[in-house]
Amino acid sequence: MPDATGLELLAQEIGERRDGAVLSTVFFREHAALLVDPPALRDALCFVRDRGYRFLSSVHGVDYWPEEPRLGVHYELLDMEEVDRISVKVRVPIAEPQVDSVVDLWATADHQEREVYDMFGVVFRGHPDLRRILMPEDYEGFPQRRDFPIGGEPVMFTHNERDMNYIE
Amino acid sequence: MEVIRHGGGNGGESGSGPPDDFRVRQLRARDMLTGDLQDSELESYLEERLLFTTFEKAANWARSNALFPATFGLACCAIEMMSMVGARADIARFGFEVFRASPRQADMLILSGRISIKMAPVIRRLYDQMLEPKWVIAMGACSSSMGVFNNYAITPADKFLPVDVHIPGCPPRPEALLHGILRLRSKVQANPPEGWRARYGGEGTEEVVGAEQEAHAENVPGRDTLSG
Repeated sequence: MPDATGLELLAQEIGERRDGAVLSTVFFREHAALLVDPPALRDALCFVRDRGYRFLSSVHGVDYWPEEPRLGVHYELLDMEEVDRISVKVRVPIAEPQVDSVVDLWATADHQEREVYDMFGVVFRGHPDLRRILMPEDYEGFPQRRDFPIGGEPVMFTHNERDMNYIE
Repeated sequence: MEVIRHGGGNGGESGSGPPDDFRVRQLRARDMLTGDLQDSELESYLEERLLFTTFEKAANWARSNALFPATFGLACCAIEMMSMVGARADIARFGFEVFRASPRQADMLILSGRISIKMAPVIRRLYDQMLEPKWVIAMGACSSSMGVFNNYAITPADKFLPVDVHIPGCPPRPEALLHGILRLRSKVQANPPEGWRARYGGEGTEEVVGAEQEAHAENVPGRDTLSG
C-alpha cells in the first residue's frame, strides 16, 4: 500500500486517532517510514498492524549522535499478503531512554528488545524479562552507542607507530 | 615333603620311570629360544639395534607424535581445522587426527577463531579440565591479536591462557595449521621449561571429581545400578 500518498493517508489516520502522534513521514527509495511520538507508539503500531502489517520482522536500535533526541528504535513491519513493508520509528532522549514494550503485541519482540537494550541501553517499559542477551551479565556500558569506545587491542599502523610503546 | 612338579596323574615320584617329559620339553624350549645368532654375533646384532635414552625423552617423543586435539571449533578457522583432517592435508600422517570429544582426553586445544569475552571463561574452563601435559594453539588472527574483529566483544587468547603456538592468517590455510602443529611437536620434543605458564595459573588446575564429591554427585551414569 504505502506509496508516498498512501503513507500520508496512513499518517493522517493515525493523527486523527490521536493528535500529534505522527511527528513526520519519510518516503525514501520506495520505503515508507513513520516517525512516531513515543507515548503514541503502541497506538500507532496497533493501527498499522490492523491495516495488514501483521508481521514484525525486525526491531533495532539506532544512535543518532550528535543529534537529539539521540536514541531511536525502528520497527520494521511486513504485510505478508500484499508483500509490503513499512517502518515505524521512535526517538527518545539519552537522558531518559524509555520506550513502551510491544512484547504483548508480537512475541518475537522479546529477544529483539532485549538486544536493543543490550546494545543501546533503551529501556522497554513492560518487558517481561529485560536483561542483557548478547553481552555478559556483568558487562558495563552499551557498546553500540556511538560514544562507546570501540575497544579491542591497539593495532600498530604507520601513522601511530611512534606513539605506541611496546617496549616499556 | 613331596613336591609334584608336573601333572597329578603320573604318580608322585620324580626322577624315576620313563624319561621325564618336563625335562624334555625344557630342552626343546631352549632349542627354540636359541636363534641363528650366537654369542658375539648376537651381541653386535643387539648393539646395532638398541637405543638408550632417558625416560623423559622417550615420553616426550611419544607425546609429541600423538597430540590429540579437543573437538572444539570457535569460528571460521574451524572450517580450515576440519579440512586439515581430510584427505588433502591429512594430519593423520603425523598422528594428530584423533579429535577427542572430551577435554579430559585431549592434549591440545586449538583455538580456531574469535574468542568473545563471553566465551573466554568457557575456554578457560575447558583448558583447566584438560589433564597434564597440555598445550594450546592460537589459530588465526582473531585468537592471537583479535584480527578484523578488533572490538569491544572480543579478547585475545593470551589474556587468559598460556598459548604455546600462534598461527597467523585469516584464516590460516590447513598447511599453515599443520606447520604450526609440527612446530608444537618439535617444541614438545625439546621440552623447554614452561615456567611462564605459572603466570596464567595454568598448572595444577585439573578438575578431578574426588571421592567426596562423587558421593554427592548427581547424574553419575550407572550409579543407581552400582549401589544396588
